[in-house]
Amino acid sequence: MSDAIMSAPVPSGQAQAKVKRRPGGAMARFVAVRVAGLVATLFIASLVVFGALYAAPGSPLTYLTHGRTMSPEAVAEIKAEYHLDDSIWQQYLRWLGDVVHGDFGTSIIYNQPVSTLVGGRASVTTLLVLMAAAIVLVLGLAIGTMAGLRPGWFSRSAMAAATGVMAVPTFVGAVVLIVVFAVQLEWFPVFGAGGSGLDAVYHMVLPSLALALASVAFVARLAQTAVRAELSADHVQTAISRGLPRRTVVRRHVMRNAAMPVLTVAGLTVAGLIAGSVVVEQVFQLGGLGQFLVSSVQQKDFPVVQAICLVYVAAFIVLNTLIDIAYTLLDPRVSIGKKDS
Amino acid sequence: MSTTATAVRRTGARKAGRRATRGTSGIGTTGWVAIVLLGLVVCGALLAPLLSPQGPNAVDLSGAYQGSSGAHLLGTDASGRDLLSRLFHGSRTALIGPFLVVAVSTLLGTVLALAAVWFGGWFDQLVVRVVDAVFAFPGLLLAILATALFGSGLPAAVVALSVAYVPYIARIVRSAALRERNLPYIAALQVQGVHGLRIALGHILPNVGGLIVANATLAFGFALMDLAGLSFIGLGVQPPTSDWGAMVGTGMAGVLQQHPQEALFASALIVITVGAVNMLGDRLTERWEARS
Amino acid sequence: MNALLQVEDLTVKLPVAGELRTVLRDVSFSLDRGSTLGLVGESGSGKSMTVRTVARLLPDGADVRGGVRFDGADVFDLRADALRSYRAKDVAMIFQDARAYTNPVRTIGDFLTEAMRVNDRMPKAAARKRAQELLAEVGIGDPERRLRQYPHELSGGLLQRVMIAAAVAARPRLILADEPTTALDVTTQAEVMAILRRMQREYGMAMLFITHDLELAGAVCDETIVLYAGQVMERQASVRLHEDPLHPYTAALVRARPEIDRRVDRLPAISGHPTTAYEAPDGCAFAPRCSFAQDDCLAGVPPLLRIGPGQTRCVQMPDLRGQLMPQSQPQPQPQPQSQPQSQPQSQPYVGSATNEEAQR
Repeated sequence: MSDAIMSAPVPSGQAQAKVKRRPGGAMARFVAVRVAGLVATLFIASLVVFGALYAAPGSPLTYLTHGRTMSPEAVAEIKAEYHLDDSIWQQYLRWLGDVVHGDFGTSIIYNQPVSTLVGGRASVTTLLVLMAAAIVLVLGLAIGTMAGLRPGWFSRSAMAAATGVMAVPTFVGAVVLIVVFAVQLEWFPVFGAGGSGLDAVYHMVLPSLALALASVAFVARLAQTAVRAELSADHVQTAISRGLPRRTVVRRHVMRNAAMPVLTVAGLTVAGLIAGSVVVEQVFQLGGLGQFLVSSVQQKDFPVVQAICLVYVAAFIVLNTLIDIAYTLLDPRVSIGKKDS
Repeated sequence: MSTTATAVRRTGARKAGRRATRGTSGIGTTGWVAIVLLGLVVCGALLAPLLSPQGPNAVDLSGAYQGSSGAHLLGTDASGRDLLSRLFHGSRTALIGPFLVVAVSTLLGTVLALAAVWFGGWFDQLVVRVVDAVFAFPGLLLAILATALFGSGLPAAVVALSVAYVPYIARIVRSAALRERNLPYIAALQVQGVHGLRIALGHILPNVGGLIVANATLAFGFALMDLAGLSFIGLGVQPPTSDWGAMVGTGMAGVLQQHPQEALFASALIVITVGAVNMLGDRLTERWEARS
Repeated sequence: MNALLQVEDLTVKLPVAGELRTVLRDVSFSLDRGSTLGLVGESGSGKSMTVRTVARLLPDGADVRGGVRFDGADVFDLRADALRSYRAKDVAMIFQDARAYTNPVRTIGDFLTEAMRVNDRMPKAAARKRAQELLAEVGIGDPERRLRQYPHELSGGLLQRVMIAAAVAARPRLILADEPTTALDVTTQAEVMAILRRMQREYGMAMLFITHDLELAGAVCDETIVLYAGQVMERQASVRLHEDPLHPYTAALVRARPEIDRRVDRLPAISGHPTTAYEAPDGCAFAPRCSFAQDDCLAGVPPLLRIGPGQTRCVQMPDLRGQLMPQSQPQPQPQPQSQPQSQPQSQPYVGSATNEEAQR
């Protein structure tokens, strides 16, 4: 969560050089460059995730044998299975090749294919993040827009509340929600991901709220600031001076112009929810990827840790890249090709 | 010409007042309130052994989940340990971690950014690329990975978060320093033959200093939340050492048995501290923006 | 009472830093149909606030006393619908910085057709056709392509022409032009000014023209009002301002301008700083900087006196008249050259609307 909030570089059209024409070729090239960057970053991420095992103190063998003393035959078997006698690069390339084909190796603890273990838990995490994202976008944008359009007590109290909520870490929000809505009011279950369909959604209400809370506040603040800034923009004065009805001014000029930077940062915030889900899953014992990651870390089940980290980072980067491309294509002011001013 | 009686009208209400009376140089009342709150928290951490009525790890299994009493002002936890004492001691771990993260990442990020701006060219591009790559790792995830490798505990998490926070500081400082570097007075200094290092440290750094302090402050809040979260899920500060985040985690058992004190007190302290830090950071940011 | 626009004892206060600050004090003037009135003054003198008040474009919390009447109807009594219709059909504003005052993410076509489509419910095709005609009228070539472009793809001069086209689109009766050429470079200025004048004539619109340039006001406006610290200092026919200023402030403004045909070693600057209405002293607002100031200048706000063909807020004027411009030829009796050839200085601004950078 915090990463997106911290990083959120509010895109500003003015910051970038202006370009007169945007032929289709330049656009295609821009997308190609972005996708290439995505692949490069994923490659680096895989290096880090794989190399981490070797950067750690102790030999990989200790992790793989899980510190147990084993017969020389068993050790040899493990070495053969994990190709520990090959060079690091050979091992990396083999691992990467497998990963590309969806094979993340075998869990040390469960002795099952990691891809099966991870795949079975991914739906819970996906549902959690999607629901939280929906809450962030709907609630955050609605509150922020309303507060931005109507200065006054509502705006002031909403922004004060948002500032307060942003100081609430995800797990604290989760605990408070559990105390109030699960333990005291007993409206929602405390733990578990429930069955399927509506039951799963019902079980996910509190977790997704907890995950979304700080981001809702952040997006609301952002939207409020953007709408207010746009309301007082000079070009809005022009629209008013031409006798356009207020709703037209608001829709066509205020909202349209505030939308792009706000949606971009909101998108980055949603991408940031992925990391925050780890903590939420732990609180609510949802049995998704995040909880699996934490237990695998505690049990030193490395193939699993590697796989989940890679999945998270990939999802995060892909989302970020998509948002970046969408923003650049949608804002006529942003030039293509020159990103760093 | 002016035969009509003077009409008095008001367009809109008188609401626009009350705004921005805050001076451009100060941090306002909220800023000072934040500083006082943080001062109290820091004092509590520094003087924890003197202020604590009991040892933080003094177990009394017969006195679990006691309410407020003379002996235990805030009651006890599941193991009958005095909550007030644990909260005092817990503030030490809760604060030292983020402090280290911010110190390391700010120093590293600033040096990297200034060097990138000063040397420009391929070095600048390299810094930008590396920073972008590190940015692809959510801080919390990097910290989890680090604890997987180096074992659960504060040191691994602090190192990982320090690395993860560098891009945040470096990006902001780089863009501010770049703007500063392109101002004419820098060219004037260069023409006068002033040494590059001297310009970077003597002129550019002081001029973006306010921004660095403001963002380091905000980063402190985020680091505190991340580290507390890590301790909460059991990968950060390890028992029996007391820590706010860890106390919320161990307090979860109490929550389900209608004894939410431990979790709620620790939560409240985290929220108050982060809230104060954010308030101060916001004011510092506003002050910097008003200045430039 | 037959004037198109009548401003009576207008006093406006704006909320700044939690208190109401006066920006206009007792401003009164009237403007006839089809004529042009100039508002001249330094920044902070209240010129922009005056036209914004006329269009009722004031920030929330503004305190307005006095009256603005358009065609007899009090603008501040208009309810929401009537106010919109007033802005849509009767008055149009042209702003100084066309770039800031056009929405950067909407195309020129959107900008031009928006008011027609929303206010007049014109079909899309008809509106686009009209927009193309308008662009052609303000001398912009290749209108088809221009309509698809974004504001940042046009030069400042072209964008200001688009602004003019948008302003005249609804055939308003009054144009409020807030320094329409100040942000442009000199040659572009002349062209944009010529287009604005031509459109004004063709459409028979009245214009309230703001500028800080006395010379330009003289060229464009029938009459000119000089504002200082939110007050009317002087009002008279524009052509007379230079030879026969009716206020020491106007005279100082004239003298502070270099003349192209005369070499001077030193321009006489006005001592002191411009005051805002909020900071103005009790008496004459200009008194602290005025070289002719006497004790009685500070005894209460001077009234607007009728003198000769104009009005002045200088109590010394009956004695000072004719002595304000010492270096120019003395004119004890300004009557003889009362109506010189209309707009003698207007030469640089007349000139046909050429295609400037229309080929860009």
